[in-house]
Amino acid sequence: MRKLTMAEALREALFEEMARDSSVFVIGEDLRAAAPFGITKGLAERFGEDRVLDTPISEAALIGASLGAAITGLRPVADMHFADFVTCAMDEVVNQIAKVRYMFGGQVDVPLVLRMPTGSVRGAAAHHSQSLEAWFTHTPGLRVVFPSTPADAKGLLKTCIRGLDPVMFFEHKRLYKVPGEVPDEEKLLPLGRADVKRAGADVTIVATGWMVHQALEAADRLIQDGVSTEVLDPRCLVPFDKAALFESVAKTHRVVIVEEAAKTGGFGAQIAAWLAEELFDELDAPIQRVASKDVPIPFSPPMEEFVIPNVGDVVAAVRRLC
Amino acid sequence: MIRIRTFEERVRDLFAAGRLPGFVHLSIGQEAVAAGACCALNPDDYVLSTHRGHGHMIAKGADTARMMAELYGKRTGSCKGKGGSMHIADASVGVLGANGVVAGGLTVAAGVGLSIRQRRSGQVCLCFFGDGAANRGPVHEALNLAVIWKLPVVFLCENNGWASTTPHRYACAVGDVAARASGYGLQGIVVDGMDAAAVHDAVAGAVASARAGGGPAFIEAKVVRWQGHYEGDPQGYRDKSEVDAGKHRDPIRRLGAALVASGALRDGDAAAFFDAARGEIDRAVAFGESSPLPSADEALDDLFARQV
Repeated sequence: MRKLTMAEALREALFEEMARDSSVFVIGEDLRAAAPFGITKGLAERFGEDRVLDTPISEAALIGASLGAAITGLRPVADMHFADFVTCAMDEVVNQIAKVRYMFGGQVDVPLVLRMPTGSVRGAAAHHSQSLEAWFTHTPGLRVVFPSTPADAKGLLKTCIRGLDPVMFFEHKRLYKVPGEVPDEEKLLPLGRADVKRAGADVTIVATGWMVHQALEAADRLIQDGVSTEVLDPRCLVPFDKAALFESVAKTHRVVIVEEAAKTGGFGAQIAAWLAEELFDELDAPIQRVASKDVPIPFSPPMEEFVIPNVGDVVAAVRRLC
Repeated sequence: MIRIRTFEERVRDLFAAGRLPGFVHLSIGQEAVAAGACCALNPDDYVLSTHRGHGHMIAKGADTARMMAELYGKRTGSCKGKGGSMHIADASVGVLGANGVVAGGLTVAAGVGLSIRQRRSGQVCLCFFGDGAANRGPVHEALNLAVIWKLPVVFLCENNGWASTTPHRYACAVGDVAARASGYGLQGIVVDGMDAAAVHDAVAGAVASARAGGGPAFIEAKVVRWQGHYEGDPQGYRDKSEVDAGKHRDPIRRLGAALVASGALRDGDAAAFFDAARGEIDRAVAFGESSPLPSADEALDDLFARQV
């Protein structure tokens, strides 16, 4: 199978969906120049500037305008540039986008995808490195998607663009250049289905985004010591595939939850709560969580590396259980 | 205007009697803006409204019985009881929502304008907001975006002089909100919002221009809020004389007198309109009273689309 980077896979999804449906358009800052991550490169040349809308640096306006377009017949794919900047449009996301269908008793569909380049990229520091996905899981009315591979990113983005609900689509910036196999044929992935990225018997690691790759590397190390690790990638936080989570943990009886977000209030806490509430009898050891320390992401490399979980942290957490 | 007045006076009384839950914000005295502006629209044009939005809904053609049922929190309401007064909407007549967030509608209106442009549908979006909203950041972003993209959006500021309890003269750096329009390359138009004909003329001109591709417009209508910010507001912060003066400029009587003077109406026609409105609102109240409450678990519906 051919290999694409996640950036290429996302670009392919945008090309295909914009070609398929003339109501799909992209809106955001610096999209025609495809800065800074290159995802929208070539879209304006292919589909015209009317469907590749560069906005001023006006996050509230571009997100609010996406909502206005979505409830009147279009399918915007908005680009947050950096997920951190969603803070400049939180009313639009939390009070308006998440709630209009519900508040209006189902009168409108909201087919809107908000692409959220997320996470750390080495030295980007406190305003360009955050992992904010848990905030949006705490806002009923939003789908929250977080793929970790090019194929998942493409298949999920296509599904989200064709859907009728608003989606916060998290893309880890460190994964944009990471290649992976992507099918030639069209393959849409359903929301709310987790994926076992590596099968194992002794312990389950639940991880999202870039942390999936940290977990897989940890599993490679652990198997050398005879510990068989299952790596489960939820891919979607809302809706969440609890059945897959419970199936894996009921098999391994041990679980480590890994995320890049700050630990307190991270989505891993919700996963831990579900397990404690509903699967307690299957657990042979305390639930372990690996997450960032509760500080803003610092600039200087040694501090940044200390704050964000790494492979060693994941291995150590598994070692506490096995 | 008479239907709006009658609807809202009944809401005022029902709320005072404890029949309606939540908060209500009434636009009694400001009817000329809603009516004058919406009369300049086509049925398929869009409106973004505010927390003080009953008048906008009625003027755009929303059904008063379903509106009243919504205020009662009934299943038959415009939003099935999920929105209430502050989040009422009727997409079937193009009203894409009141808004519980001050200035929440302006960026959405820009997007509706964008959609109109992309779809080449020839529609127009009318966006109401208040003098309080004028001081929020999204107003700046939305206006700028609408202008650079020449979007068919008419921004209509209803300046009633009060952001809740805070006076406009204190909170705003300029007396006329419309003075800010020049910062976006727009001509800020100020009209007497107690004069329905003046509002209509200004909005009709702006709508025609927007529909013809001339881009957005900015109109400020000066009005007097007769009621408190919300029903039950003791209004210790303002002098009663302001409201009394406003009542002397009743927009309904003013329009009625003008129409009689012009020969379009006869003396006594207004009374018949009030009678008809009372009948309509009586039926709306009866519908609201008699409609079933939602079952509790309907709270879980309408969060997401059913498909996918």
